Amino acid sequence: MLTALVFTPTAVALLLLVLPRRTPESVFRIVWVVSTAVLLAFVVGLWAGYDHGGGMQYEVRARWIPSAGVGYHVGVDGLSLPLLAMTCVLFLACAVHSLRQTRRVREFAALFLFLQTTCLGLFVSLDLILFFVFFDLSIVGMYFVIAGWGHQQAARAALMFFLYTFIGSLALLLGFIGLYLAADPHTFDMVELTRQNPLAGRSVYAALVLLAIGIGLAVKTPTVPFHTWLPPAHTEAPAAGSAILAGVLLKMGTYGFLRIAMPMLPDAWRDYALVIVIVGVVSVLYGALVALAQTDFKRMIAYTSVNHMGYIILAVGAAAATADTSEQARSLAVTGAVTQMVSHGLLTGALFLLAGVLYERGRTYDMGAYSGIAAAAPAFTGMTAVAAFASLGLPGFSGFIAEFQIFTGSLGPRPVATSLSLLGILLTAGLFLRALQKMFLGPLRLPDAPGSPRAFPDVRAHESVAVVPLLMLAVVVGVAPRFLLDVIEPASRAVVELLAR
Amino acid sequence: MTEMNENPLDILPEILLAAGAVLGLLLGAWLPRSRQWIVGLLAALASTAGIVAAAVAATEPATAAFDGAFAVDPVTGTSRIVILAGGLLVLALSIGPMRADPRESEFYVLLQLTVLGALVLAGAQDLLLLAAGYLLASIPAYTLAGFRKDGPGTEAALKYYVIGALLGVLMLTGITVLYATGRGTGYPMLSTELREAPEALLAAGTLGLLAGLLFKAGAVPAHFWVPDAVQGSTPPVAALLTTLPKIGALAALFRLGAVPLADSPLPWAALIAVLAAASMTLGNLAAFFQSDVKRLLAYSTISQVGYLLMPVAVAVRSDEAQQALLYYLAAYAVTNLGAFAVVCALPRAVNLDDYRGLARQRPLLALSLVICLLGLVGTPPTAVFLGKLEIFTAAVDGGYAWLAVLAAVNTVASLFYYLRWIVPAVSRGEGTVLRDGDGDGTARVVAYAAATASLGLGLAGGPVLAMLSGTLTR
Repeated sequence: MLTALVFTPTAVALLLLVLPRRTPESVFRIVWVVSTAVLLAFVVGLWAGYDHGGGMQYEVRARWIPSAGVGYHVGVDGLSLPLLAMTCVLFLACAVHSLRQTRRVREFAALFLFLQTTCLGLFVSLDLILFFVFFDLSIVGMYFVIAGWGHQQAARAALMFFLYTFIGSLALLLGFIGLYLAADPHTFDMVELTRQNPLAGRSVYAALVLLAIGIGLAVKTPTVPFHTWLPPAHTEAPAAGSAILAGVLLKMGTYGFLRIAMPMLPDAWRDYALVIVIVGVVSVLYGALVALAQTDFKRMIAYTSVNHMGYIILAVGAAAATADTSEQARSLAVTGAVTQMVSHGLLTGALFLLAGVLYERGRTYDMGAYSGIAAAAPAFTGMTAVAAFASLGLPGFSGFIAEFQIFTGSLGPRPVATSLSLLGILLTAGLFLRALQKMFLGPLRLPDAPGSPRAFPDVRAHESVAVVPLLMLAVVVGVAPRFLLDVIEPASRAVVELLAR
Repeated sequence: MTEMNENPLDILPEILLAAGAVLGLLLGAWLPRSRQWIVGLLAALASTAGIVAAAVAATEPATAAFDGAFAVDPVTGTSRIVILAGGLLVLALSIGPMRADPRESEFYVLLQLTVLGALVLAGAQDLLLLAAGYLLASIPAYTLAGFRKDGPGTEAALKYYVIGALLGVLMLTGITVLYATGRGTGYPMLSTELREAPEALLAAGTLGLLAGLLFKAGAVPAHFWVPDAVQGSTPPVAALLTTLPKIGALAALFRLGAVPLADSPLPWAALIAVLAAASMTLGNLAAFFQSDVKRLLAYSTISQVGYLLMPVAVAVRSDEAQQALLYYLAAYAVTNLGAFAVVCALPRAVNLDDYRGLARQRPLLALSLVICLLGLVGTPPTAVFLGKLEIFTAAVDGGYAWLAVLAAVNTVASLFYYLRWIVPAVSRGEGTVLRDGDGDGTARVVAYAAATASLGLGLAGGPVLAMLSGTLTR
């Protein structure tokens, strides 16, 4: 089942590449949209058949490279299933949003389908090397998206993105090798490593492994101080690329913390929880402050991603405190972290797609160049406002549910850090309101760059079909979150139990 | 090994190749110029038969042939198959440029002799045989480097020859000293004798020996010939020089570390680790701003030797060193040959900028190039990725975690210059060179095959790795 889900997109991509040269471009677009829709339906089917209390499900295990301890092992549980669903939703949205894309459509669609394989594959991997393979391939795929379809400075930004995240991935690989060598018998299997807890009682070794894995995941997440690749990559990437990069690829880092670092290195994680919490708080505050200073709309959203990822890091750090809090509070923090991943994926995806709409009309992201858009494009204004309010954590949207759980769960164990992080919400609220006010209210003024169309047409049908479902899902999660929380909660309780060993 | 074993069937692949070379030389003298390709065909047949013979021999238990002078064990077996298969690829690459050349048959004969030298290096279990292998792998290669008889070729051959002769003499001196120290040249004897040998003599002898082997491997500090020889010679010869002798030399180094020097008082592991670190770092730094593709690949091979030396360093300290080395050798050979095959397929593209627009004109060739270059970086799921995983594991397991970290940093650095090549190849725009010439068709096929093999070897790594373990003869 999962194998089919993971490799179908790549198979479709190969199919697109071998179609004859004269195939009309509309065929590629339709195949792309239809196949991502089918994949989404597939994941909905998985969700329907998922047993909430059943732990790891749909597992497949096959021998791959037994002499190196590597196996093909996939499965889903409450941590990965929501992310799988979010990934499929976002890829479908990107496919719909790119319906008017004209630059090398065949390659664009094939690359995105390939990226979808890597993202889905990463979330279902239960073997460290399999995880790493998808982790690395996602970098390669995204590199070509940025370099091939980005804006003026794309080559530079893509190179920076590749080098930076590649350093992270190699640190990760070294950490994985450390875990492999510590296990007896040597293995890369995640379930087996989690069960063995091979580094229990070897504090220096465990600390080094955690450092390597931590750096690898922190670069991808990204947290301060490893975030410098993110703003240029986002600014230069095409809209759909940014949406996937922020919506899905960043989650690989935080998912890695929950899936690998916490269950496999519980002692080291508890010992260094304070460091993790501090990194989280610094990311929250620094991300928000720097976002406040941006004049570029896309760059601003990119920095709010650093801020939002900071909440997740805070939560996973706070979940490590065993002494003075109830297990319930800690599992609440972990549940909040997973909810935040889903919520951030939907909302940032929507915001970046909207930024793409803005760029297509004005050919610039500079917020100072726009004013009074509300008069020209009310629907666009409405969507952006909803996305911005949802992103800053207004009740009724998914962001609120996520951040509320994170703060409630973290306040007990880390009162100071949590109160400081609350400031982050205030700052994000300020910056989003300021951006909305600058760009949408006031007298109508549009950038006059050569080549940009005069008028500012409102969102087109395909653009709203891409964005509106993302916002609606955010509202559904915000109003009736049980369907999501019922899946996440057993898994986060399991993580907290593993961490308390 | 108590009784004498002089069964020539144990060295059948080597005999086949030697016979192919001699027969080719004789045939070449009688054949008209238009039919000299028969010599090439003969060489291909000899190599193929050699691969079959080596594969059959690999299924049998390890033995030592000819009074313990030549080991037939997993290291020899794998090296034989990889070297002969690599030789076949090089042969395929040279068909196009050598067709109806006045000295076509000589080329094929020299190629076979070089390959034979690499085979002897890989299997030698006696210092004197090692020296013979060194000469056999070197002298035909000098000729091949200058085969075109033009300016750059002559310079390449001269540089290659001068450094090779100097380091060869050092190597012979080292062997003499080791002979004096260990009272013998066979590895089984040396491994017991060298345990209590005087350290200064042992160190002097080993260093001399290393000089020759590092030259063949193209490792720092004996790497100065690599960029010039690769740039000056024809692309097929460059592919040969940077791949096949290297495999023989690294197998020889591994055997040296694992058998005669295993229990010696020398700090062998530390020494090789430092050389590995220097090789990968210097190779990478020098490759950064090269604009000539052959030169870039030359420096990249120097840094690859650094990675390959890692399992040699931990030969006795980690059980995984042997399979790590052998797997990486196979992965490196096919990926590196693939990259050179792309160069061969586009003989007029010299600089990185000449590759601009390749993806549009030859999408499959561009894809092969991307797979091979990202493969050399170690991107999964290509074979070199699994090889890197294995050597990193072996290095950490052997207590050289710092070397693994350095190798990881170097891997990231290497990405930079491989991307400098990938970017023009996949970006839009017209290359100046690609438009008129449509290049070499056979080389294109070799490039596709090598890229496919690099991916396939990575995905099917399980069964391959399982075959590479097994004990050495001692």
